[in-house]
Amino acid sequence: MKHYLTAAAAVSLLLGTTSAYPQSAATAALTTPDLSYEAVPNFFQAPPGDYMGELQGVASNSKGHYFAYFRGPQTRLWEFGPDGKFIKEIGKGFYGFQFAHSVRVDRHDNIWTVDEGTNVVTKFDPTGTKVLMVIGHRPNLADGPYATPHGPNPPDEKYTLCRPTDVAWDQNDNIFISDGYCNNRVMKYSPEGKFLAENGSEKVGKGENEYNLPHGLQVDHQGNVYVADRGNNRYVVLDNNLKWKTAYTSFGTAWSDCISEGPHQYLFMSNSNPNGNGPGTWARTGQIYKAELDGTPLGKFGHAGKLAPGFQVVHMMDCRNPNQIIVGEIESWRMQKFVLKESDAAAKPAAKKAAKKGRK
Amino acid sequence: MRCFATLLLAAAATIALPAMAQEISYATSQPLTLPHDTFFGYVTGVATNSKGHVFVYTRNGEPTITLGGSRAFAHGGSNLYEFAPDGKFIRQIGKQVYGFLAAQQVRVDKNDNIWVVDRYSSMVMKFDPQGRLAMLLGRKPESVDVPSSPDTGRGNPPGSGQQSDLFQSPTDVAWDAAGNIFVADGNGNARVAKFTRDGVFVKSWGSRGADNSQFKTVHGIAVDAAGNVYAADRGNNRIQVFDNDGNYKSSITSGGNPEAICISPGAHQYLFSSNSNPANDLDHGGEIYKLELNGTVVGKFGQAGKGPKDFGSVNAIDCRNPNSLYVAEAGNWRVTKVDLH
Repeated sequence: MKHYLTAAAAVSLLLGTTSAYPQSAATAALTTPDLSYEAVPNFFQAPPGDYMGELQGVASNSKGHYFAYFRGPQTRLWEFGPDGKFIKEIGKGFYGFQFAHSVRVDRHDNIWTVDEGTNVVTKFDPTGTKVLMVIGHRPNLADGPYATPHGPNPPDEKYTLCRPTDVAWDQNDNIFISDGYCNNRVMKYSPEGKFLAENGSEKVGKGENEYNLPHGLQVDHQGNVYVADRGNNRYVVLDNNLKWKTAYTSFGTAWSDCISEGPHQYLFMSNSNPNGNGPGTWARTGQIYKAELDGTPLGKFGHAGKLAPGFQVVHMMDCRNPNQIIVGEIESWRMQKFVLKESDAAAKPAAKKAAKKGRK
Repeated sequence: MRCFATLLLAAAATIALPAMAQEISYATSQPLTLPHDTFFGYVTGVATNSKGHVFVYTRNGEPTITLGGSRAFAHGGSNLYEFAPDGKFIRQIGKQVYGFLAAQQVRVDKNDNIWVVDRYSSMVMKFDPQGRLAMLLGRKPESVDVPSSPDTGRGNPPGSGQQSDLFQSPTDVAWDAAGNIFVADGNGNARVAKFTRDGVFVKSWGSRGADNSQFKTVHGIAVDAAGNVYAADRGNNRIQVFDNDGNYKSSITSGGNPEAICISPGAHQYLFSSNSNPANDLDHGGEIYKLELNGTVVGKFGQAGKGPKDFGSVNAIDCRNPNSLYVAEAGNWRVTKVDLH
């Protein structure tokens, strides 16, 4: 009987059913001021006659180019110029692309993709024409799917990822990977891809050093790691060796985080509206929070909605410039650009206004 | 569970390593350049011809499963490329060929015919130097199971030692001086199959086990100038040597747990053996041994890893020139040229 229950839990996890990850309101919502912001409509332009799909990953490089990693008929990676115009497709037909989850750009402008279909994290050179490294192992065709929806997760392994979700780096170029849907852990690898540390395991948990779908991660300039522990509604902070430091629990469901560049880094967190939950969920979810790295909320912006500039399940954010946020949305198949009005709203105590809004 | 077993094997392989092998100094490079929008995937086969051209067989595309009325059919997913001696891309061979599914190996015989071994279609395909199909061994299974169970479904249980000209996840092919064909069969079956140069099935030997003339898997095969057959018994940490008729002669245990082997041509032949790391372990093994044909260790080089001088799950060695090798790194999705000093 017990075994059966475990199996059932695993099934719901693997299917990603919404009941496994009920959406929760952010307790910070009432006390966090609204940031004023502007949407830039139709900033990103697909080539004529072509379409983006579920927008899982967004990123930018140091030259202001943007990258979109999305699930179309094939999983694809597109590059856009600073003006939002389409430049080129990268990795067309690449063996490491099957089911997009994240794209990020490191401090050397190398482009990294995280694919939860192939279980592979790929490092492309800045031009996107050369593969410099692959981490993880695409299951052999002949072996069938690595994770089946029929039992507990397979034991975790140092060099095999299981539906990984995100990648980040510290200032020494060590590689951090959140892994993922069928492991529940954070990995640290050397710049050459050698295993250094692990936090978590294949098992789901809600205590310290445990995760329930680590869905994204970022690393600050000091080397601390911020993990979006989606199923546990918290952002976990680890030190550079993946030792547990603390967790931020007031920002709702931890879909995705982003840490800006520059001398003063900010932490952005998305309490994205859920896939397929019931009536009323949009009223309590959908905002993106801006905070100090220590978790002190500074402001929030955005709302759930089908029509732009609403958010329709924000999956990843780019915040290289903390006043310019790019979001990738699952359900509206789009990537949007937002400009945050600097500091004026953040400086005002807008708690009353926020409270009023929260009752709607 | 499967992965756990692999880990144990890896640990066993590490313990079994000969400790005294001398380090051979070496340099590496990646000279092959692909056309725009073409990338290597899981690189399993590399071979050169007499003109120094390089052939690579790689799983770098999406295998397509189409749903028939009552069965599922699989095709595509692997590609064969030819490169000039300087690494420039020349052409693709066998595009849309029925038997290309999960790349396993490519070899070039002394007449520059190109032989392709496909693990999932369980076929050995001979192309002439112009790239035309010249001979086919084995038959692709008509349909696939989803989720797959490719190592079953051909009558007798895999590894039972059945005499048949059908394969079960074959891994490699080699020839003797007379042109007789030896197929390593392989991952599913655990045997060696011998054919005449015209493809007439002569016999096969071996079954799953650990005794002499038994194999865990036959993961590579090579034939020396005298016609002796060397079978890489991956999983049993040995290379078994047979005479040309399949009679057991000896076992070589100084080459680690062999994932790929190669015998160089020329008056003094060498045997190369890769103690390849499994995909889930970059911290042990990965070195390649250079041996005399009797198993005496000349030296070793390399280790598991992702760096420029590391090897990631080497699945093939080309040793036409014993001082300048090509290796197919399945785990690193690349082909590396290794110059030994």
